[in-house]
Amino acid sequence: MISLSDIPARPAAWITLPMVVLATVLLATPWLLPAVGLYQYLGIEIAIWIIFALGFNLLFGYTGLHSFGHGAYLGIGAYAFGLFQHNVAVSLWGGLLAAVLTAGVAGALVGAFLSHRRGIYYALLTIGFGQIFWFLAMKLHRVTGGEDGLLGIPRPPLTLGSWQVALTDNRALFYFAAALLLIVVVLGWRLANSPFGRVLQAIRQNETRARFVGYEVWRFKWAVFTLSAILAGLAGSLLAMAQQGAYPDVMSLHQSGLVVMMVLVGGGLVSFWGPVLGVVFYFVARDVLGGLTETWLLWYGLIFMAMVILRPEGLAGMLHGLSRRRPRLQPAPAPATEAA
Amino acid sequence: MALFEARNIHKRFGSRVVLENISLSFEAGQVSGIMGPNGAGKSTCFHVLTGQHKPDRGEVTFDGQRISGLPPQRIARMGVSRSFQLMNLFDDTVVIENVMLALPAFRARRLHAMAAVFSDRVLIDQALAVLDQVGLAGRAWDAAASLSYGDRRALEIAVALAAEPRILFLDEPTSGLGIEATRRLAQLVKRLRDRYTIVMIEHDMRFLFELADRISVIHWGQVIAEGPPAQLADNKWVRRSTLAEATHA
Ligand SMILES: Nc1ncnc2c1ncn2[C@@H]1O[C@H](COP(=O)(O)OP(=O)(O)O)[C@@H](O)[C@H]1O
Ligand SMILES: [Mg+2]
Repeated sequence: MISLSDIPARPAAWITLPMVVLATVLLATPWLLPAVGLYQYLGIEIAIWIIFALGFNLLFGYTGLHSFGHGAYLGIGAYAFGLFQHNVAVSLWGGLLAAVLTAGVAGALVGAFLSHRRGIYYALLTIGFGQIFWFLAMKLHRVTGGEDGLLGIPRPPLTLGSWQVALTDNRALFYFAAALLLIVVVLGWRLANSPFGRVLQAIRQNETRARFVGYEVWRFKWAVFTLSAILAGLAGSLLAMAQQGAYPDVMSLHQSGLVVMMVLVGGGLVSFWGPVLGVVFYFVARDVLGGLTETWLLWYGLIFMAMVILRPEGLAGMLHGLSRRRPRLQPAPAPATEAA
Repeated sequence: MALFEARNIHKRFGSRVVLENISLSFEAGQVSGIMGPNGAGKSTCFHVLTGQHKPDRGEVTFDGQRISGLPPQRIARMGVSRSFQLMNLFDDTVVIENVMLALPAFRARRLHAMAAVFSDRVLIDQALAVLDQVGLAGRAWDAAASLSYGDRRALEIAVALAAEPRILFLDEPTSGLGIEATRRLAQLVKRLRDRYTIVMIEHDMRFLFELADRISVIHWGQVIAEGPPAQLADNKWVRRSTLAEATHA
């Protein structure tokens, strides 16, 4: 089976072909969606969940750490954004910063508890912490609005210097989310092939060996957990703007499980692009299957199970398999052999 | 004083005493051998010396510094490298990355999150030089999982060498190797002995007697004999097992 780590990226371009494809698709999305009978808001949702899923996969696919309570940090980002608008100032950048910092601090604290754990204990603790945050969101009525959620979160305008543009229109908000998504993709890809990212992957492959070649494994686990919480917080702030509210349901165990399913179906275990494919597939399945039948989630669940059993490498693995079947013109020359 | 010393090490798992008052010392620049029957506690001894297990009693010092009780990553960073009896590689990636990850230069870059590993000439050249030492430079960009058993053993050693160790622990490096691969490994160790301090657990007597300056025999969790190979050849236990090996062969 192919794996996330087996095809080292070289030479190191900041921008790769799949990124150009993604950017093009994103650019065209506001025209594509209505053309196939879908609506603008879907694009926003997809962009938000891709950011969330990419951050999640740094932990899940790259480092091999199984977090099943990650929705908590998405929710924390959303509440932090909303509370900032209500209590501090109506400001896009202020809200984003508040969301990222709050989710980051929560992630750093939880990560400190988790990072000395392995396997099932790690996974169970992530669920435990996720439930605690969900419970707090439900019970701290005066802060979060409890079950009803935090309502009336504005969409502050985007200001860059003297330039200002409103994000009240769904198309404008989509482009803003898409721009953030592209930044996350470029930096995430860079990170995955950096020394830091390769140590994360080494930990997934063989934690014991990583220790014996001298790495403080728990610090890397802590750092990547915090980083993925930060990205969840970023996604959460966009979600608060999109929904113009923050609700506890994204923090539930159910929603936390959803991102795991999306990433697995997309092929997050074998490809950087797995989360992107998985999120798009989920939302398209939701809207297309959902338009045909009430029981679409059952069908999605069956697809998920079939995938796990028959195609554990997911959509990305299937695409990869197709591209491999085509004969290569020439074996890729290793740039290093001339030095050998 | 010896470069690496273990004094009065005790280790037990539950009620099972595995190491009982073991004292060993390894001189800089020498090849020290450890032999003994299966289950004698040799690997456990390595685990204690390199930080995988804490000793229940006793002390380990490296270059005069106490290291017992430190975690393996700390001990590794001080210049103690090891290979494993059951192979312990990064199997989802290419051969060269196994070695790169162990390079001190890589460790120095471990927090670089925006630099590209596989276009870093320094890392690639250093890793290729290490692979060259064990004869694997030509396989650098192959999947680690695609190597033959013997080549994986060699890669195990390359990973340990990449750390630029001051002392190298090898746990049964010939285990599972055929005659030819064992011969090649012996040549490799001969080349390495000029530059490294080596401690080697080995059940292949001929291999060990040819290479080691000193040998310690561990049995029932204790050191039952110690000395240069020539002196040990007369030891009762050693004679019995060499005899056994000869009749097996
Ligand atoms: N983690 C452990 N828990 C319990 N028993 C162990 C553990 N590790 C080793 N042992 C026991 O200690 C004894 C020595 O094992 P080991 O050091 O691997 O022997 P050797 O390497 O000399 O063949 C064996 O009986 C083994 O079952
Ligand atoms: Mg052993």
